[in-house]
Amino acid sequence: MDWTRILTNVAGEIIAPTTAAYALAAIGLNIHFGLTGLLNMGQAGFMLLGAYGFAIATIAGWPIWAAALVAIAAAAVFALVLGIPTLKLRGDYLAIVTIAAAEIVRLIGRSTALTSLTGASSGLRGDSYKATFQALSPLPDGTTDIGPFSYSNNFSNSWWIRIVAWAVVALACLFVFLLIRSPWGRVLKGIREDEDAVRSLGKSVYAYKMQSLVLGGVIGALAGIIYVLPRAVQPDSMGRPMTFFVWTILLLGGAATVFGPVLGSIVFWAGLMLIKSVMRDGIPDTVMSTGQIEQLGWVIVGVTLMLLVIFRPQGVLGDKKELAINVR
Amino acid sequence: MRGAPAEGRALSRWRGRLAVVALAVLALPFLTAGPATAAGPCLPDAATGCVEGSVRSSAGQPLPGVAMAVAGASGSASTTTAADGTWSLPVTADGKYTVTLDITSLPPGQALSAESTNPHTTQVRLASSTNVLFTLVSGAPAGPVSTASASPVSSDGGDVASESGSGSGFNGGRVAQQAASGLVFGLLLALASIGLSLIYGTTGLSNFAHGEQVTLGAILAYVFCQLVGLPLLVAAVVAVALSAASGWLQDAWLWHPLRRRRVGTTQQMIVTIGLSMALQYGFQFFFGGDKLRIVTTAPDVVTMGPVTLTRMTIVSVVIAIVTLAAVSYFLLATRVGRATRAVSDSPALAAASGISVERIVRIVWTLGAGLAGLGGVLMGLYLNATSWNMGGAMLLLMFSAVTLGGLGAAFGALAGSLVIGLVVEMSSLVIPNDMRYAGALLILILVLLFRPQGILGRAERIG
Repeated sequence: MDWTRILTNVAGEIIAPTTAAYALAAIGLNIHFGLTGLLNMGQAGFMLLGAYGFAIATIAGWPIWAAALVAIAAAAVFALVLGIPTLKLRGDYLAIVTIAAAEIVRLIGRSTALTSLTGASSGLRGDSYKATFQALSPLPDGTTDIGPFSYSNNFSNSWWIRIVAWAVVALACLFVFLLIRSPWGRVLKGIREDEDAVRSLGKSVYAYKMQSLVLGGVIGALAGIIYVLPRAVQPDSMGRPMTFFVWTILLLGGAATVFGPVLGSIVFWAGLMLIKSVMRDGIPDTVMSTGQIEQLGWVIVGVTLMLLVIFRPQGVLGDKKELAINVR
Repeated sequence: MRGAPAEGRALSRWRGRLAVVALAVLALPFLTAGPATAAGPCLPDAATGCVEGSVRSSAGQPLPGVAMAVAGASGSASTTTAADGTWSLPVTADGKYTVTLDITSLPPGQALSAESTNPHTTQVRLASSTNVLFTLVSGAPAGPVSTASASPVSSDGGDVASESGSGSGFNGGRVAQQAASGLVFGLLLALASIGLSLIYGTTGLSNFAHGEQVTLGAILAYVFCQLVGLPLLVAAVVAVALSAASGWLQDAWLWHPLRRRRVGTTQQMIVTIGLSMALQYGFQFFFGGDKLRIVTTAPDVVTMGPVTLTRMTIVSVVIAIVTLAAVSYFLLATRVGRATRAVSDSPALAAASGISVERIVRIVWTLGAGLAGLGGVLMGLYLNATSWNMGGAMLLLMFSAVTLGGLGAAFGALAGSLVIGLVVEMSSLVIPNDMRYAGALLILILVLLFRPQGILGRAERIG
């Protein structure tokens, strides 16, 4: 077993843009679930909308800031549309509606009726919308080696996307840190703990929940942009499983904490890579094919999610008293 | 933000209607984002590899509209061939991929040659293109052509790849055929959904792993019919019995202990999500990503006026109706059935009147899983094939049906399923075929907006 290669792969996952994108999506979900107690089961829908908004606007020739604004606006409108009918209903209704709405976004995206816009099920190629982002890079062209890692400076899976992605994650963490300590954040936590008590203080619970839904959804849309920058926009790779991975990441790291989502994402992807690499090397191809190892990895993720929720719902960093997983 | 509650209530109705408008507005950015270039063929780069090919008829003519699916390390994707017969799909990870040509999407008179392996397994590397060739010969199709247009079985948990009926013809014959398909689909959906509704009613749990119970039934039927070699009827009975047993075991080993630990229903709901993931990928682990055909013989087709159905479908419908009638009898006329409804109404009150709630819940889990298994077997037969994600693709339709009928009301699930089945099939008369499910899910959202208690649910405050 080639441990150097395996450990290099695992360490590569820690700084990968995908890890950062999932961390950011989990930060958004943390605002929904960890702070406010909203059961958003459609985070992948926000991410996909963000990705489509950014990619389609860029392909239409819009500058990068306008494209990012389109993504943010799409997510905000989506949150409003979802929130208006459901935020007054019981928590599990929001779960069903968000999961259905995310699925609608994916079905419309992959429909052949909009092929000219979304590329149907084959999606939008990365090359068609990466240029504006790469043009922003101050790095010289070429490839840089740092330790065992060797990536292109600017293109596709580059150092540039890593720098930007983790910078955004850091900013989002700072934002959540300030949010949790703000009066606004305290009201959100109050809603999570006891909605009626907050209502009796004269606060509009509905408005606060809506603001939380929009804010977390917008962060999800930014995560979607980061997720698709090193690859292509493919609706089918951003379906229900993606939402469930984000949930696993959040519960793994610890909901209602500042660094929980980041830690969760790193542990999730590095752990998954470690398990899969070891199995790939250790189990002969005749016993288990590469595809089967991949699937076994996801089975382990599912079982991890079950065990986490049952035995350690507060995750690695969380405080059990902080987390009221049973929202009303 | 110090919004007065009274003002909020007054505005709520208005806001609700606004949501419908907002839904339409949501589509606007897509329509007005300016001239977008059509997605070209996949181009390999550092993070993308391509699987591509070109499908030509036995006479050398390019064939458009043939459904192709690729499954492997980076997940699965599907597409249809373009006007020049070419297709390409991007993948985002190195590894072995299986490429499947959906033979039911070939035009009549075309079949795969004996040399072509379907599905075809190939190695794909990032930053390179891999060509996959399927050779066609003229002759009868290798398998029976599906007469049913409903098919949630696809390579990606989404929708069927066939784009045939995209709202072009709107004649009486087609309406009748779609209505018949819708009723069949609705009846089978009802079998699958009743368990979901009963479990929600008695325990308050939204079971996201219920779709996997449906898949389990279909896959067990495949195992006993194709791998063990039992006759179909025996295989189906065994599959349903094992499905019911799986419900019993699940409640005994997982949900009952969780309820005893006083794990809340929201927490349990997230557990069902983990279970659903583990089961789905577990099915894929053992049976691969391809379609599994429970029976491989050509179906007998029965034509009644404008409606064409297979004999198998008619038998399935009869079985479904008899089963649903039996379940109704059970719920309405037997002691245990009445106790079940009492627990659904109020577990505490039922317990106070001497009903053993845990025993009823165990029966509900067993019955619900058994019905889901039967629904899966019949659905697998109706759609000609099953696959690891058949139930997962149906799950949201089941939720739509159950919510539409009223969460927890068993007969509501039946009514809701019929409506959803009809909507899914009839909507393909007016909207593109691959957006049919979106219509059903939109109904779900609209129902929650205007009548959250569903068609048959009691009007009570939900919130």
